[in-house]
Amino acid sequence: MMLKKIPAALAIAALASFAGSALAQVKVGVIASATGPTALVGIPQKNTVPLLPTKVGDLTVEYISLDDASDSTASVTAVKKLISEQNVDAIIGPSGSPNAMGTIQFVAEAGVPMLAPVGTAAVVLPMTEQKKWVFKTTQNDDIIAKALVDHMTKAGVKTIGLIGTADPYGENWAKVMAGLTEKAGIKIVASEKFQRSDSSVTGQALKILGAKPDAVLVTAPGGPSVLPQTTLFDMGYKGQMYQTHGAALPDFLKLGGKKVEGTILAASLMLVLPEMPDSNPSKKVASEYIAAYEKLHGNKPATFGANVYDAGLLLQQAIPTAAKKAKPGTKEFRAALRDALEQTKELVATQGVYTMTPEDHSGFDERGREMITVKNGNWALLK
Amino acid sequence: MNLQIAMILGQDGVTNGAIYALLALSILLVFTVTRVLFIPLGEFVAFGALTMAAFQAGKAPALVWLLAGFAVAVAVADVLAAFRNSGRVRFSGAQTFRLAYPFVLGFALYRLPLAELPMSVQVLLTLALVVPLGPQIYRLFFQPIASAPVLILLIVSIAVHVAMVGLALLMFGPSGAKTTPFSEAGLELGPITLNSQTLWVIAVSVGLIVVLYQFFERSVYGKALRATAINRVGAQLMGISPVFAGKASFFLATLIATLSGVLIAPITTIYYDSGFIISLKGFIGSIIGGLVSYPVAALGAVLVGLLEAFSAFWASTYKEVIVFTLIIPFLLWRSLTVRHVEEEE
Repeated sequence: MMLKKIPAALAIAALASFAGSALAQVKVGVIASATGPTALVGIPQKNTVPLLPTKVGDLTVEYISLDDASDSTASVTAVKKLISEQNVDAIIGPSGSPNAMGTIQFVAEAGVPMLAPVGTAAVVLPMTEQKKWVFKTTQNDDIIAKALVDHMTKAGVKTIGLIGTADPYGENWAKVMAGLTEKAGIKIVASEKFQRSDSSVTGQALKILGAKPDAVLVTAPGGPSVLPQTTLFDMGYKGQMYQTHGAALPDFLKLGGKKVEGTILAASLMLVLPEMPDSNPSKKVASEYIAAYEKLHGNKPATFGANVYDAGLLLQQAIPTAAKKAKPGTKEFRAALRDALEQTKELVATQGVYTMTPEDHSGFDERGREMITVKNGNWALLK
Repeated sequence: MNLQIAMILGQDGVTNGAIYALLALSILLVFTVTRVLFIPLGEFVAFGALTMAAFQAGKAPALVWLLAGFAVAVAVADVLAAFRNSGRVRFSGAQTFRLAYPFVLGFALYRLPLAELPMSVQVLLTLALVVPLGPQIYRLFFQPIASAPVLILLIVSIAVHVAMVGLALLMFGPSGAKTTPFSEAGLELGPITLNSQTLWVIAVSVGLIVVLYQFFERSVYGKALRATAINRVGAQLMGISPVFAGKASFFLATLIATLSGVLIAPITTIYYDSGFIISLKGFIGSIIGGLVSYPVAALGAVLVGLLEAFSAFWASTYKEVIVFTLIIPFLLWRSLTVRHVEEEE
């Protein structure tokens, strides 16, 4: 009974996949961490996939979405699967920095351009033969860090304390800050680490308190960025608190409450969209994205979703150029797509304006960030 | 490092240590009675905290559907078992109650003005919602394989843990939660102010340990559980039902874990997957106690908490390494000093 059904089912499946491939000319794989520790980042990314452009010129684009459960090994498996089974022309993802680092060699081997919506600049810097295939759709840490350090200099901050997560995000920030503060003449008097899952950071906070810095910068992605700040607040720390763009999500305000009032961070304009002048080119794109997302899912997207949306915009712009050189699904098309992505000039997206060069595969300049503060429990533009 | 810093770190360490101690005791209790290493215990810490947070936000958590689903599954399993044994389908009053309970509770939760309720009622509702999951899990996943080797019980336990974490993401979402503290007041003690939540944690932990001690020493049910822990077959011959012992130990463990979750929710942010690492530290405590001694396990867990607090101050980058490395010398010491007993299979 069961055995008889299998060939029929196989035939239907084969027909379906044939029909699918005949319709969709360009195939894009999306890997998002919709479950596991990075789910907070991955869920808005996965939810953004239905909003990506499905028709570019006269080509249709098909998206194949996979979940890597925040696990680096699963990301590699997903990448291999997308390349060998689906023969994708490009990949958007994965969500996590360590996950993206692990997949670079495989996309480079197969010659598939990958648009990574991850935080760490290490996926595109320093540029190597393999990283040529990777494009990053978020602000590089140093752009954000530079804005923060500039603000510190202006505010007369002489000493700072750092507290960050013991992962690639925190490590890279510690490195970037060490370089920038030295130039600005600011001294790092304490640099502490904590785990994302820690239920208490009292020890680290005491150490920072003991060093008496003028200001403290917390470098942690997502919800964990709150705990160090509230702990310092409870201990009576009165200096200025800084956060990175990792804290730029509604959870930060919800979990921090009154204790995060007055925090300064540099992040995407999406947080303060209504306050932005209409002259800002990204305002229109970002408003459209937020409206579409809200219509589909009933809530506002976190900036992480916008990074995937931007990847879609980059592809939308690059595919027609590549399609002139070769047919989708071929090695030549993928190489042409990579070249076209690298030549992106002044592309206005949700969080800034992209201008890629062979050396810079992130493409954001200072238009990709705004100075933001927390005022009356809400994000506000820092004036 | 001065006295003030040492005292603040000590307070922090003891607070966390008290929670680890409660979990260590639960792990020990379940292990000695049923030989199951109860890995999903941490999930109940997270469930307790997140349910409490959902109540304070005025929402009934989706957890009630899991409870209802499990209740239906338990009823089906009971009916099937009765049918296989006697060929008749019987449905006792207790079974009807167990089946109806989640639906009544769920109905009440959707009707009550959850956010306005006094905190004590919210805590009770949290317990009423989360704790029945423990016995249900025992009935569904462990009772059918109660006599299987420890290794198989461990594998099933891990499977249940993985499934529960996935369900937790589905039910509570990926964002973290923090609840309002039981009271705002603090207690001045020399150079530092003791946080009121810290006092709550320590008071409840000590209280629970005393109550548990009384329960095991004085009550018939407690003695029955102890007897099962000492000798399973012997206890069974004396008329103590292993099914009852299993359910009771799971009930107690879940109760303690849920209460721990409610207690720490105002201190820290809890995510759907935060429970595992907390119970893992309790597990180290119970390993220090050799998975047999309650007082040593509790002390060991407090030691883990203190070590964690002080290593976070001195070498924050290596904190986790230091805490989990602690297990190695204790395993060595245990394996060198304790006489090995082959397990009766």
